[in-house]
Amino acid sequence: MDIGKRIGLAYGAPTRNAFGEALRELGRDNENIVVVDGDVANSTRTEYFGQAFPNRFFNVGIAESNLIGVASGLAAAGKEALAASFACFLLCNAYDQIRMGIAFPQLNVKLVGSHSGISIGEDGPSQMGIEDIALATSFPNFTVLVPADEPSTRAATRAMFDIDGPVYLRTGRPKVPVVYPNGVQLQIGRANQLRDGGNVTIIACGLMVAAALEAAHDLSQEGIEARVLDMYTVKPIDEEAVDLAARQTGAIVTAEEHLLAGGLGAAVAGVVAARHPVPMAFVGLRDTYAESGTAQELLQKYGLMPADIVAAVKGVVARKA
Amino acid sequence: MTVAEEQESGRSVAVLKEIVWRLSRQIIEMTTRAGSGHPSSSLSAIDVMAALYFGGIMRADPQRPDWPERDRFILSKGHAAPALYAVLAAAGYFEPELLWTLRQLGSPLEGHPNMRRLPGVEASTGSLGQGLSIGLGHALAAGVDGRDYRVYVLFGDGEADQGQIWEAAMAAAKYEANNLTAILDYNKFQQTGPVDRVMPALLPLVDKWLAFGWHVAEINGHNIEEILETLRAARQIESKPQIIIAHTKKGKGLSPFEQDDVNRKHGEPLKGDEVAVALAELDAMYGRG
Repeated sequence: MDIGKRIGLAYGAPTRNAFGEALRELGRDNENIVVVDGDVANSTRTEYFGQAFPNRFFNVGIAESNLIGVASGLAAAGKEALAASFACFLLCNAYDQIRMGIAFPQLNVKLVGSHSGISIGEDGPSQMGIEDIALATSFPNFTVLVPADEPSTRAATRAMFDIDGPVYLRTGRPKVPVVYPNGVQLQIGRANQLRDGGNVTIIACGLMVAAALEAAHDLSQEGIEARVLDMYTVKPIDEEAVDLAARQTGAIVTAEEHLLAGGLGAAVAGVVAARHPVPMAFVGLRDTYAESGTAQELLQKYGLMPADIVAAVKGVVARKA
Repeated sequence: MTVAEEQESGRSVAVLKEIVWRLSRQIIEMTTRAGSGHPSSSLSAIDVMAALYFGGIMRADPQRPDWPERDRFILSKGHAAPALYAVLAAAGYFEPELLWTLRQLGSPLEGHPNMRRLPGVEASTGSLGQGLSIGLGHALAAGVDGRDYRVYVLFGDGEADQGQIWEAAMAAAKYEANNLTAILDYNKFQQTGPVDRVMPALLPLVDKWLAFGWHVAEINGHNIEEILETLRAARQIESKPQIIIAHTKKGKGLSPFEQDDVNRKHGEPLKGDEVAVALAELDAMYGRG
């Protein structure tokens, strides 16, 4: 894919790789971490941890319900448990197990869902997690993290183990642009402002942060200055940042590699509508599954490119009071 | 504690039977008072649960419900919560007066067990099929931590329709979780009918569990001596998790439940005359009253 290349963003490792490496590093310093995977460790990259610490790694096979239940039991027994699989299998297959085994009892389990969005490419819709943010944010007591790139995924992986409670972390399959080339500070629950602007705010997460930066660059050529927020903590959402964006820029566009139903856009809209209504537009999957194709082809066909964000911004700016 | 010491510290069979009698009465009384609940499902499990907690089987300390070395009991068939509550109250995990608040607004004794609200509850069950996985998690944690506690999981026959039970069974065998002992409360009825009519292919049970790599025992789930002997024997098994298939009666054979050939009054408390009849039969069964 070519998102961000025109504005000089370098591509870094896939976020699943960054997660896997950060997890292994954490495992060295923290003997209490135990990892469970469902026959996809060489896809989710929990294999790095598993190879380093085989006595703290369990492969329960292709059985996501049991995967979650085992993680729940490990956590109840005092371990810092992490369970990983593809985002769609983790959240869809095991929703009830997460609900009753993790969210309801508020156990200290970290869930990591890989192969998020449509940029996984040719494997197609059955492997794509496009509703995982919606499902994860629907759980009371959960923190939901959607880091944008390699460095912020490392940081998010570390940060999530500072949380004593349920966390969902979303990772992806392909290499993605680095939006934090100079290091990153992550504070759970606080959006990062990557760019300021007075005409509109683009609130994005994951791969769409780079798309937002490219869109902001293009918009600037046309005299529209966009603030860009990396809302990597989708839950609890940074209400103050959203409120300030509404008040200070008067229009908001959200962008996510996810269905619009129940995703980042919906979460932002909830805050905007309640606190300071302004025109909004939403970039994401419009109530559709995708198909097989290259990541670039899919992102273009299904409207997740910088150009789509530009179009949304122009539409929403025109509606400003 | 050695097995001998545990056997000594456990109550005598006569005392255990007296406990079962008392807790069985409480199951009926608390669900009738609440106006809802699952007395028959609770009654089929009460002998096994009493044996676990009062028969010198489980290492536990009601004053230290989070003791890391404790044995764990998970009631996977969470709707038998009245049985669990009766057992935990008798063991001293909370004041017995709470039993009469079952299912009331504000009470920690919810319709299904809530591990956050009640000491002694190891898992928030009720959505069937999940407890064996959770128990396996505890069992694996013991291995990681080098602790020698045991994990007991009690689940239902209807509950074994759930695929997750079999996922957990396979994984437990893979990891040779010999500190995991499951008890299948084989009371022969699920919610819409007898198990051999709702899901005939659930049977044969013994063959299935053997094929899944478990050590299998089969007992009369209302015979205290058999229960104790089998639970003690299970601890000696190496390299395999153990399952005890306990033949039980949903409603413990009490006539108000026996009269229902569909599901033994699943999810229904006793009402009116049924209560006195059931209690009188219980008293007679245990030589009381």
